[in-house]
Amino acid sequence: MRSAPRHHASYVAFVGHRLSGLALAIFLPLHFLALGLALEGRETFDGFLAYADMPFVKAAEWGLVVLLSVHLFFGVRLLALELLPWRRDDDLRTDWIGWGAGGAVAVGLIFLMGAFGFDAG
Amino acid sequence: MTEARLFALQRITAMVLAPMVLIHLAVIVYAVRGGLTAEEILARTGTSALWPLFYLLFVAAAAIHAPIGLRNILREWTGLPPRLVDGLCLVFGLALAGLGIRAVIAISGWTA
Repeated sequence: MRSAPRHHASYVAFVGHRLSGLALAIFLPLHFLALGLALEGRETFDGFLAYADMPFVKAAEWGLVVLLSVHLFFGVRLLALELLPWRRDDDLRTDWIGWGAGGAVAVGLIFLMGAFGFDAG
Repeated sequence: MTEARLFALQRITAMVLAPMVLIHLAVIVYAVRGGLTAEEILARTGTSALWPLFYLLFVAAAAIHAPIGLRNILREWTGLPPRLVDGLCLVFGLALAGLGIRAVIAISGWTA
């Protein structure tokens, strides 16, 4: 049996979309639990937010923002592949992968600039 | 539920989530400037009914979308019995919905 070829951009996009989704699924309950702390009063919530302000936690938040962006952009490509007409038989919209990855990097950079005070505002 | 329905549900929720994720990302990069405080977050989300409603829809769509995706991963990448995977993902979806609704209530100011 021959395995499917994996050394191409579409496979990388598939793995990127899947692993970012898995990471987000693991993170989401924790995110909801953290927001739920607001029910226990502003002091408790502020205590958590002060912890979240530490640089290594900010770096983890940056990772999640990038993962969410990757999942969004690669997911939009999958929807387009599955639901829109194909212009040619071989049109895998591989150019969208580069745009998606670039978009995720851009969102990550904007987050970093805001989080570490490099914005103009 | 049939595979076709699960497939369609995941795509429909993806179409709902895509613009919401864009808005959420914009809120994140805006809100993170200068650090986060409880007062700032609650002032933003608690002063208008639209934000809690936005996030309720967000939670509902995510609580459907994520378990179906997780089910696909567990079915394709692990040897777990399909019925066990279905049960785990159903519990995961219900937990996400419950925790998510609780989180929206917490930031909405509805309990104040």
